[in-house]
Amino acid sequence: MKTIQVTLSIFITAVRKELVQQWQTKRFLAVLAVFLLFGLGAPVISNMTPELIKAEPGGEELAKLLPPPSATDAVGTYIEFFGTFGYFLAILLGMNAIAGEKESGTAGLILSKPMPRWVFVLSKFTAQSLVYTAAFLVGTLALYYCTIILFGAMDPVILIKVNLLLLLWLLIFCAAMLLASTLGRTVATAAGVGLGLLILIGLSRNIPHVGKWSPSGLMGWAMELLVNPGSAAANHGALIAALALILVFLIGSMALFERQEIQ
Amino acid sequence: MRNHLDIHPNAEGNAISCIGLSRSYGKVQALKNLNLTVPYGSIFGFLGRNGAGKTTTIRILTGLAQPSAGSAWVAGVEATRSNSAARQQFGYLPQAPAFYRWMTPVEYLDYVAHLFGLSQKERKQRIAEVLQLVDLKSAAHRKIGGFSGGMVQRLGIAQALVHHPQVLILDEPTSALDPAGRYEVLELIESLRGQVTVFFSTHILSDVERVCDAVAIIHKGELLLQSSREELLNKYPVNTAELELDNHGQANGKWTEKIKQQPWVNAIQTENNIVRITVTDLACGKQALLPLVAGLGLIINRIQWVHPTLEEIFLEVSA
Repeated sequence: MKTIQVTLSIFITAVRKELVQQWQTKRFLAVLAVFLLFGLGAPVISNMTPELIKAEPGGEELAKLLPPPSATDAVGTYIEFFGTFGYFLAILLGMNAIAGEKESGTAGLILSKPMPRWVFVLSKFTAQSLVYTAAFLVGTLALYYCTIILFGAMDPVILIKVNLLLLLWLLIFCAAMLLASTLGRTVATAAGVGLGLLILIGLSRNIPHVGKWSPSGLMGWAMELLVNPGSAAANHGALIAALALILVFLIGSMALFERQEIQ
Repeated sequence: MRNHLDIHPNAEGNAISCIGLSRSYGKVQALKNLNLTVPYGSIFGFLGRNGAGKTTTIRILTGLAQPSAGSAWVAGVEATRSNSAARQQFGYLPQAPAFYRWMTPVEYLDYVAHLFGLSQKERKQRIAEVLQLVDLKSAAHRKIGGFSGGMVQRLGIAQALVHHPQVLILDEPTSALDPAGRYEVLELIESLRGQVTVFFSTHILSDVERVCDAVAIIHKGELLLQSSREELLNKYPVNTAELELDNHGQANGKWTEKIKQQPWVNAIQTENNIVRITVTDLACGKQALLPLVAGLGLIINRIQWVHPTLEEIFLEVSA
């Protein structure tokens, strides 16, 4: 019992340090800024789309054919932003996590203290998850506020569900990057390995019979929720696969790190 | 709770015990069946050339690497099985300590003290004590990123001491420092005598001669000898003549070469006006040396027959 208490106390200390580090090194602010930009930018861009099309030669006729922009378009653009840039965010925030500490030597000094290696890995994932959750909260609020102003109405429950699916989707990449960062001896190697892993995850949707379990299914589910809120079919397969992938990546990172020689 | 397998019957009496410790990297054997005991309370110099296996030994002791074979105990606790309890027993300073540059010394020490489970009151008191000890009180709230090499090293010692460890493990603590920094760190180690067992690796023999009371020499992964410093020096018989030459009376020409050519001379070292001549035959040397140096026109202020220095012993055993 005492061992659990001690380990929990070390874990909380490590998570707190990670969060302070994210704040002090401005990474937290950078992620918040990006999510805020997504939240504010998506409704604005959706609202301006007809005007932008009209500005093109011959675009006026094309613009007449398009339905007027709606709150659904705004959230759809928001989802697309994550589909396009989410990978980069995961790479930028995750590549440094363990490889950076191994490369600089800070890990060696800390791991000579009574901190279990699995706690070291898990604290990093937990802190990153908390940063992403906070950023999603800010992004969601910005999106909601801006959508209401520009388009009049938006169901907040749908917005929350969409964002939860996006958060889970991003956490897969976050866990994958942690594995890459554990595998890599340097930050550059970790980024390379991570990019490879993320591409593999992205390509998994094209594999016959397996594609429906791909994490991309979460994106599809989010879109479905948006377009057909009443009749959207839940993709439980993708949900289970996402949770399983996160678990596999985390356990893989911890098992690998446990065996590594630290400089 | 300690597992009974974690406690070695002979390990309790020593601050550090290594039994049959080996480590291979592919075909390279960095450590070969190392058997070593470090008595409590000693300042123990772990000597070896670069690549001898010193850092590998320390990495295994601190849990940063696993041995291919053998076991090690720190303060009686098995240290080679990812054992957190063992890490409570020692403080560790790596060769080039790296800190979170965005933290201040107080923040870093507080973080480390947290990991050792010190209460808030204990942390506050202990942090103030160790900062005072390493003379970093005035820089306590400055970002570590702006610290000099000497300050980083002193902070390294502070973090190693923050939890009152029984054993302090230092990997080449002075090798990256300028003479002033080296002096400070050695003074600090000297000041810890009697409070904590210090185990430090180095290739700088003068550091060992200055502060250590026990020594082990490792070479190509093998322990060549282990002894108290005095025993070691006494074990090697008087075989060296130390001559202090008069600054104004040194003969011109290659006089060192002429001395070296004598069949009873093993080695000759000169530093400023001090010459150390190691002989293979003491009787012959005592008889022939003075007439020889007088014949070479050297004026001698002082001559003394002495034990070899640690450096000379080290060079001899690790040749």
